[in-house]
Amino acid sequence: MSAGGARITPYRDGPLLIRGTFTLADQDGNDIAFRGQTVALCRCGRSRQKPFCDGMHKATNWRAASAAQDPHAATQDTASRFVRERDSTPG
Amino acid sequence: MPVLPTPRGPLSATVLTALRGAPGSLPAGTDVPTPGDALADDDLHLALYACYELHYRGFDGVDERWEWDPGLVALRATLEAVFEHGLHAALDGWTPPAADDTTMDLALRAIADADDSPSLSRHLERHGTLEEFKQVVIHRSAYQLKEADPHSWAIPRLAGGPKAALIEIQADEYGGGDPARMHARLFADTMEELGLDPAYGAYVDALPGATLATVNLMSMFGLHRRHRGAIVGHLALFEMTSSIPNRRYATALRRLGVRAPRATEFYDEHVTADAVHENVAAVDLAGGLVRQEPALKDDILFGARALVELEGRWATMLLEAWAAQQPTLRSTPRAEAVAA
Repeated sequence: MSAGGARITPYRDGPLLIRGTFTLADQDGNDIAFRGQTVALCRCGRSRQKPFCDGMHKATNWRAASAAQDPHAATQDTASRFVRERDSTPG
Repeated sequence: MPVLPTPRGPLSATVLTALRGAPGSLPAGTDVPTPGDALADDDLHLALYACYELHYRGFDGVDERWEWDPGLVALRATLEAVFEHGLHAALDGWTPPAADDTTMDLALRAIADADDSPSLSRHLERHGTLEEFKQVVIHRSAYQLKEADPHSWAIPRLAGGPKAALIEIQADEYGGGDPARMHARLFADTMEELGLDPAYGAYVDALPGATLATVNLMSMFGLHRRHRGAIVGHLALFEMTSSIPNRRYATALRRLGVRAPRATEFYDEHVTADAVHENVAAVDLAGGLVRQEPALKDDILFGARALVELEGRWATMLLEAWAAQQPTLRSTPRAEAVAA
């Protein structure tokens, strides 16, 4: 843990975990309350308790690596997913 | 302090009768026959449960020296051998998924995903009655009133990263220093709101062997250093299969008109808490332990798979009994009071 700072870890196929010293606030500057020393923030967009993770990524079989994605190394899989998303864009 | 439960057969009678007397008085050479179902036998699992409880809260009027009485520990080892053999027999043909320290989360997830047991939480969310919900709470009380304790046995057996990960989870389970926020306390609050007795051990006589087996599983894994991998895997899978079911239990209570925050807080708390814990448990605890001790990989996955097996059998027992309009709890004055 870096001294005095926060450590943010994207867990594979799961949320962002934040440990250390940090504040969580909305865009208007209001504190967002949480319990415990560590919070899990939604990364898949399906949580019903945003910004927190509620485990819904498992129900939707959401996948993402823990390491940073390389935008120049799109796999066949992510490329085809991108096409599907474009196809389903309303309008 | 809990009272000694009532015997259900020769094994539990031997143990419970001895516990009323002085340590050292257990007759040697107790015959332990192989039961028809070593994962659900009432007599076997009550006897084992009583042996394990001496390591937790004990029993009213029982000499505390029984905890390490050589005769009782020897009998307990025989009971455990029967239980453990039953587990391996039930999982005969199962092969642990391939994994290394960087992919334990994926292997554990594969075990969870392969679970085809019926979903108790989905039934309660959509169709369950308040009586069914109360029964589940009573079944769960044997573990939930000592939530996290069986996994705490692993703490002194771990070191470094995996130990820090386990403590990160357990500190949260124990309320982060606030006794009112301890998960076992939150469960007791739920019991009170539902009109149930939150006293530790109050319902043991009502719990069938299949329910006691789910608790004995974690006590056995937790109390043996050789099972440190299994207790870690048990905790990891427990946490990984918790958030969504707990949201369903909370939804069920609200649908059934139980809306007091004190009644639902236990379940609401677990949705976001276990969304943290599952990642810590699978990656930092289980993966970290394999990094230190690669030979434990299959033990960790066995612990996870054993949890799935016993939880699946337990859920199936409840759902089938309800479908047949049969009781899920053993008949005791207390259980009858709940049903009425």
